[in-house]
Amino acid sequence: MKSLNELEEIRKRALESVNLRKDREGTRVVVGMGTCGIAAGARPVLLAFLEEIKKRNIQDVTVTQTGCIGVCRLEPMVEVYRPGEEKVTYIKMTPDKVKRIIAEHIVNGRSVTEYTIGAEEK
Amino acid sequence: MEFYRAHVLVCGGTGCTSSGSTDIIDKFNDELQKHGLQNEIMVVRTGCFGLCEVGPIVIVYPEGAFYSRVEIGDVPEIVSEHLVKGRIVTRLLYHDSITEEETIKSLDEVGFYKKQMRLALRNCGVIDPENIDEYIAFDGYKALGKALTEMTPDQVIDTIKESGLRGRGGAGFPAGLKWEFTRNAVGDKKYVCCNADEGDPGAFMDRSILEGDPHSVLEAMTIAGYAVGADQGYIYVRAEYPIAVKRLTIAIAQARQYGLLGKNIFDSGFNFDIELRLGAGAFVCGEETALMASIEGRRGEPRPRPPFPAVKGVFSKPTLLNNVETYANIPQIILNGPEWFRTIGTEKSKGTKVFALGGKINNTGLVEVPMGTTLREIIYEIGGGIPGGKEFKAAQTGGPSGGCIPAQHLDTPIDYDSLTQIGSMMGSGGLIVMDEDNCMVDIARFFLDFTVDESCGKCPPCRIGTRRMLELLDKIVSGKGEEGDIEKLELLAKNIKASALCGLGQTAPNPVLSTIRYFRDEYEAHIKEKRCPAGVCQALLRYIIVAELCKGCGLCAKHCPVEAISGERRKPYTIDTDKCIKCGLCMEKCPFNAIIKK
Repeated sequence: MKSLNELEEIRKRALESVNLRKDREGTRVVVGMGTCGIAAGARPVLLAFLEEIKKRNIQDVTVTQTGCIGVCRLEPMVEVYRPGEEKVTYIKMTPDKVKRIIAEHIVNGRSVTEYTIGAEEK
Repeated sequence: MEFYRAHVLVCGGTGCTSSGSTDIIDKFNDELQKHGLQNEIMVVRTGCFGLCEVGPIVIVYPEGAFYSRVEIGDVPEIVSEHLVKGRIVTRLLYHDSITEEETIKSLDEVGFYKKQMRLALRNCGVIDPENIDEYIAFDGYKALGKALTEMTPDQVIDTIKESGLRGRGGAGFPAGLKWEFTRNAVGDKKYVCCNADEGDPGAFMDRSILEGDPHSVLEAMTIAGYAVGADQGYIYVRAEYPIAVKRLTIAIAQARQYGLLGKNIFDSGFNFDIELRLGAGAFVCGEETALMASIEGRRGEPRPRPPFPAVKGVFSKPTLLNNVETYANIPQIILNGPEWFRTIGTEKSKGTKVFALGGKINNTGLVEVPMGTTLREIIYEIGGGIPGGKEFKAAQTGGPSGGCIPAQHLDTPIDYDSLTQIGSMMGSGGLIVMDEDNCMVDIARFFLDFTVDESCGKCPPCRIGTRRMLELLDKIVSGKGEEGDIEKLELLAKNIKASALCGLGQTAPNPVLSTIRYFRDEYEAHIKEKRCPAGVCQALLRYIIVAELCKGCGLCAKHCPVEAISGERRKPYTIDTDKCIKCGLCMEKCPFNAIIKK
C-alpha cells in the first residue's frame, strides 16, 4: 500500500459488493414473483435487471421480489420506487422492456409511460 | 464484478458455529445452486451478531430479514420462498423484529439493539471477516492511512489522550498515557502487544471481535506501533479460540499482501509486522507480566512491577500492551476525532463498553452500550429480563476479579468508577445475571475455586491464602460453618489483597468480599441456622413430604434409590433424612408436588 488514493480505489471497488448491507435511499426495483408472476416469466425479467445493472455498473439500486401484486393477468409486473417519487408499476414485462426501463427510468428518471399499468387501463 | 441482488449473512461466531451455522452455509450454497441463483445471491459468513441466544442467525439483505434459530431443514424454505419468490418466511423471523403490521423492523429498532451503540463491534455481523476488501469498504485502514500520512506520532498519542479512552481489559488505565510512556521510554527496539488472553468465565467479547473484525485490531496495533516507535507486534491469543486464531492468521496474510503490514507502509518509511503467539489457556497469562513472559517462551508467571512493561516489557524492551477491545476503538477515534469520542459515555469513562451477557437472562449474548447505561437497562431492556419471571438478585461483573451488584444498585450508571465504588469492577466485561435461585455463598465459592485452580503458585498469599479461603467456604456450604468464619474470611481477604504479587491474587478475594458485603445474611443463615436460603447447597438441604398434600401413592418410595422413603398406602409417607442422599428424584416423581426441599 503506497498511498491513501490506492486505499480509496480498493474501498470504492469493494463498496459495491457490500453496499446492499448499508442503509440506503436509492432506487428499489420490485419484481412480482408470485406463482402467477413466475408462470408468466418473471424470472427472466429479474435476471435481465441484474444483468443490465451489472453491465452499466449502476450504484445504489436494489432488486427485490415480492409476492403476487394482485393483477395476475398483467404479470409479470415490476414496481419501481425512486426516492421522493410516486411508485411506478410496469406490466407485462419482458427482458427487452427491461433495457429501456433501466436506460430511461432508473438512469435518467423518466418513466416509460407506455409500459405502465396506467397505459393499459386507458 | 457480479451484481448480487441479495446477501445472505450467516453468523460464523463461535456460538452459532457450535449450533451448526457451517452446515447451514453449505446448505444455502447447495440450495442456491439447485435453483440456479448462485450468481445473483451471495452467502457471507460474518462475525457475531450478538444475540447468541437465538442462534444460528441468518440475516437476508436488502430486506434485513432477521431469521433466528435456523435449522438445516429451514434452508430450502428460505431459498424457495424468500429468495426465489420474495415471500419472507415469517415463522422463522426473530419475534421482536416484526411490527404489528407484520412488516420488518430495521435492526436498530429491535429491542435488543435499540439501546446499543456498536463501536468496537461495528463490523461484527456486517462484514466477512476473512475478506480484507469488505473491511476496507467500511472505511477500514483509512485511519492507518491518515495517521501515517497526515499525523506525527505525537499527534496520534495526543488524539488518544484527548479522547479519554481507558483500557478495556479491566483496570481502566488511560490508554493514551500508556502510549506516551512507551514512546518516551528509551530503547533500541520496542514492541506492541495485544492481550487476547480472555480468561474470565463467561466473557467472550474479545473473541467475538477477533472473529468478527480481526482487521480492526491489526490496524490499531499498526497505528500504535507508529505512535510509540515499534516495528513488531504480537497478539497473544488463546489456542482455545480456534476460529479467532484462524481468522487472525488469514487477516495478517491479507494485510501483508496489500502492504498494510510490512515495509514502508503508505510510503511513509514506517515498517511494522504482527505475529501471533498462542497461549495454552492459563488464566494468569492474562496478567501483563506473565503474558509477556509467555510470549518470550518462558513459563507464564508474573513478576513484581515496576518496572512496568512500558519501560521493560517483552525481551526487556519497552512494550505497549493493550486489550483487544481497546484496540478495536482506536481506528474510529483517529477517523472521527477525540471530540466525537468524548461525547459518548460519562465524565470519567468515555466511549462504549461491550458486555457478555450470561446467566439467568433471556437474551444471552453480546451487547455494546455507552458508558453510563444502567444495569437495569442492560438486563431488562436489552437482555429481555430474567427467564420465568424470577426475581433479580445480583449481577456479577468482572468475573473472578470482580464482585456482585445487588438489586439496590440496578440504577447505578455503569462506568469504571461507579463499579469500583459499589465493590465490583468493570473487568473485561463479563456480566452474569443471578436470580433468586442462586446462592451467593455458592457463587463466591465457585469463583474462588476458579482462582485457586488458576493461581500460578509463585507468591504465598495467593497460593496459600486463597486456598485457606476456599476451605472456609467449603466448610460453610457443607454446614460446618462456625461463628467467626466470616471475620476470618474478611481478614484473609484483606491480607491477600495487600500482599499478593499480581492482579490475579490481589483481586481474587473480591467475589467473597462483595457477597459478604451485600448478602451477609445468607452467610449467616448457612453458619448459624445451617440453612441455604436459595436451596442450592446440597449439604444443607432437607427433602420433606408435606403430609397434607401427600396422597400416599408410594411413587416416591418406589423411585428412591436408597430406600429412604417409607409409609403405608393411602397415608402420608415420610423421608428418613439420615438415609436420604438428596438426589431430588422423589420431588421430580411426585405427581402432587407434595415434596419440598428446605
